[in-house]
Amino acid sequence: MKPPRFEYHAPSTVEEACELLGSLEDAKVLAGGQSLIPLLNFRLAQPAHLVDINRLSGLDAIYERDGGVAVQALARQAAVEDSEVAARVCPLLTAAVRLVAHRVIRNRGTVCGSIAHADPASELPAVLLALGGHVIGRSARGDRIIDAGDLFKGVFETALEADELLVEAWFPASSGAFAIVEESRRHGDFALAGAVRALGRLALFGVAPTPVLADAANPGRGLQPSGDLEATPEFRLHLVRVLTERVFAA
Amino acid sequence: MKVNGSLHAPPLDPRRLLSDHLRHDLGLTGTHVGCEHGVCGCCTVLLDGEPVRSCLMLAVQAEGHEVSTVEGLAAAGAPLHPVQQAFHECQGLQCGFCTPGFLMSVVGLLAQHPDPTPEQVEEGIAGNLCRCTGYASIRRAVHRAAELSGK
Repeated sequence: MKPPRFEYHAPSTVEEACELLGSLEDAKVLAGGQSLIPLLNFRLAQPAHLVDINRLSGLDAIYERDGGVAVQALARQAAVEDSEVAARVCPLLTAAVRLVAHRVIRNRGTVCGSIAHADPASELPAVLLALGGHVIGRSARGDRIIDAGDLFKGVFETALEADELLVEAWFPASSGAFAIVEESRRHGDFALAGAVRALGRLALFGVAPTPVLADAANPGRGLQPSGDLEATPEFRLHLVRVLTERVFAA
Repeated sequence: MKVNGSLHAPPLDPRRLLSDHLRHDLGLTGTHVGCEHGVCGCCTVLLDGEPVRSCLMLAVQAEGHEVSTVEGLAAAGAPLHPVQQAFHECQGLQCGFCTPGFLMSVVGLLAQHPDPTPEQVEEGIAGNLCRCTGYASIRRAVHRAAELSGK
């Protein structure tokens, strides 16, 4: 239960961070560390290099942009939870962040980190997908906008290139009816399944390798959720039906 | 990094977790280590005043920051910190293994909500596990701590 050996880098500018990501083989970005460090402790991840971005300054803003709210790479989940801008422009984001683990974890964890980590059971990727938001990937080659629909490629896999740093996530305003609900075995634990309703769309999480958009009339169609000690595939499909009903009743 | 007010050099090995650095390098064994993946809350310390999991941080990341551990709540021989006093009065502990983590989480909770509602108390301690399941007394202790801190 200790991290494996790695080479530690703590760049002080975004340019330096991008340069490192562009030149190092097998590097991982360390942001809040609330998912990555457990993976290191379990040795499920053994990257050769860690690029710690916590010393970059001016990368923790939460601000209004293009009719939505932009969250920069080092904005902690707790800061987003308390953000007046987020609550006004995208209250769905505020509601979703509150479902992420516990406050003590959110003090350190980042919104952009959750998205880049792309855990299939994670709330924030599903919220980004339901809202049709995007992220900005920065590298020495420049900035690239990646739409949520093109971002999530598989379990813990995104369309970000190895030399790209996710510097900002943009969530469109959650105007109209919205809701996020999930079912988990314990308060603050990973969701067995969850549903997000926003802008007339339905996104599901915890039931496929990535968050998925679904048809509210038949939300389980085409899904083949995996089974584990906590829930069978059949139970997850049952949850999809119940949670879909709940988000549309909310 | 500063730990409980005194300056310390960070460890040479970057893979040293903050929890292990506190316990093994600085001898501050009040910070307990339970699960080492952020679930149990035993290793909670304050980083610049905010509760965080010390098992989910590398010690080198604390360089330039201020860390407070349970040892920093009250000096030896001095009166207990109000949160410690409240846990003592309300029997907010049984075996005591989870207690340092609870204390640090509650210090953070009361800084955010000086007069917390029962819901805020539940939410505030939800990230700490007590395997003796003494939660009823712990809840009472948090409310008592708010009273004592307000005085």
